[in-house]
Amino acid sequence: MHQVVQAVILGVLIGGVYALMASGLTLVFGIMRVINVAQGALVILAAYLSYALFSHAHIDPFLSVLIVTPAMFVLGVLVQIVFVRSLRGSDSEELSLLVTWALALGIEGVLSVIFKTTYRATSPSYADKTLTVFGYQFGFVRLMAFIGSGVLLVLLSLLLTRTRFGRAVRATVQNPTAATLLGVDANRVQTLSFGLGVSMAAAAGAVYGVIYPFNPGSHYDLISRLLSIVVLGGLGSLGGAVLASLVMGVTEAVVAVEWKPTWAAFSYFIVLIVVLLVRPQGFFGVRERAL
Amino acid sequence: MTRTGLLRAAAFLAVGIAFPFVFSPAWLVNIGVLTLMYAALATSWNLFSGYTGYITLGQVAFFGLGAYTLAITFEHYGIGSGYNPFYVLPLVGAGVAFASMPVAWIALRTRAMTFAIVTLTLLFIVQQLAFNLHSVTHGSSGLMLPTPTTFGVSTYDDPFYFAMLGILCIALLLCWGVLRSKLGLMLLAVREDEEKARGLGIRVTGAKLIAWWLHVFVTAMVGAVWAYYLTFIYPESSVDPLVMIGAVLMTFLGGRGTLWGPVIGAVVLVPAQQYMLLHLGGSQLYLVGYSAVFVVVLLLLPRGILPSLRDGVTRTRERRRTRLEAAAS
Repeated sequence: MHQVVQAVILGVLIGGVYALMASGLTLVFGIMRVINVAQGALVILAAYLSYALFSHAHIDPFLSVLIVTPAMFVLGVLVQIVFVRSLRGSDSEELSLLVTWALALGIEGVLSVIFKTTYRATSPSYADKTLTVFGYQFGFVRLMAFIGSGVLLVLLSLLLTRTRFGRAVRATVQNPTAATLLGVDANRVQTLSFGLGVSMAAAAGAVYGVIYPFNPGSHYDLISRLLSIVVLGGLGSLGGAVLASLVMGVTEAVVAVEWKPTWAAFSYFIVLIVVLLVRPQGFFGVRERAL
Repeated sequence: MTRTGLLRAAAFLAVGIAFPFVFSPAWLVNIGVLTLMYAALATSWNLFSGYTGYITLGQVAFFGLGAYTLAITFEHYGIGSGYNPFYVLPLVGAGVAFASMPVAWIALRTRAMTFAIVTLTLLFIVQQLAFNLHSVTHGSSGLMLPTPTTFGVSTYDDPFYFAMLGILCIALLLCWGVLRSKLGLMLLAVREDEEKARGLGIRVTGAKLIAWWLHVFVTAMVGAVWAYYLTFIYPESSVDPLVMIGAVLMTFLGGRGTLWGPVIGAVVLVPAQQYMLLHLGGSQLYLVGYSAVFVVVLLLLPRGILPSLRDGVTRTRERRRTRLEAAAS
């Protein structure tokens, strides 16, 4: 029992970080119906940036979030303008899936050239520290990452609900045509929110490198999880993404402890298939119409 | 079949059969095998995704299943060497296709982007299975197949070449047959407006499932030949996202929903891909080159070579007609 509770704690902590990455993905989908397959590669890119800052400039990975996130925001804005916005016509949704996949390959290639394909890890002095509460262990890094993700997610939801920009974003999600008619600059909203989505990946990525070792190919593992999280939560639903991330984290951690770590990721995919059998639209999604 | 259609098919067959005799060096035939392999994969992707509008990103999962099915059969039942494995290909294809049906049924309950993502997770599921079912697949250490000893040394690649050519012909015939049949009309109706098609009484799920079965049938056969050709498979190589994206890219380049588009896409891109692998492979730079080609294709030619050409031809014809009419009046 103690072991299971410990696994649940671990799963929730990790799920929080995934929630941050997935929230960016699902936000971007909600606004412009674009699935950013490069989200995983962008997380890895941020992990490398934070790694480089740590090993060359000795900047703490949690502090480097403040540098990496704005830089990646700018990158996201550029990506949206150059690659995503120029897709026009009725196929633009499918095309965006492929263009962002190509972008992921490009990032993987560039990172492999610069950093080679050996596994790296950002390891600050406190990497192995744990806190013990009531006999349960909390990894210090994971706890900090969880709290940081929680803070960022709250900030994101405040941004969406309390600001003018947030109102424009939500209007665009509900009805793009009506939003444009009411004076919302759709292009501006789309570009900024793509940047926002990418910076969510960046913030999570800067910390990701402290929790897991990574190499340029790690983005496949990440994107497979992120995509299934947003589908399980329901495409476009922020709350769904957060819930699905926690479900994934806990499922994997419990399976890893109670059965075998090699089947952990697999078990989560099975959960996804079973849920889709009952609810094709995921937890909080709206049923999609055919293209 | 129209006369131009017959001519095209005859020309394709003639070039396809003559190629290994004219360009006999092994490295050229090797590129030929890979080109045909991608052409068959792209054609069968087109058979499902091009006609129904449902983008599947999980095709390579069934490529891997075909490869593993043949390799595992080899290990446990010894289906003989030489040409024998080629005869069991249809069984492998049909077996994998039937096995994929329950998953397809679940996946096809979702629409559009969700479907694309669910099929993409199929890819990762099969790769995970190949890693984890250690007793059957030997996990990451991979599976060896016996090297056929009866094939001549200088013409070793030829049987594989013709096997791939045969599968590509089957795939093209299936596409052609489907397009001319009622099934093809049903699929196109699904692509244009599924709700309306359902409203008109078309059994959309059945039509989609038949197209799915056909595309997996071809894909698994290609995977099996590929495994026999390489004689060594492991999870990353047999369920490779790069192969998946390659087949999709070729279909987009040639033209989705057209008969010959995927073949043209493969003929253009596979030699280019092999060239990049050869010159940039060691440094992983080829990934950058590949993604650059990809982005250029999608941004500049999103509809593909064939449809763009066709548009060009119609436009010139119309212009000529209006000019003639203007001259006549």
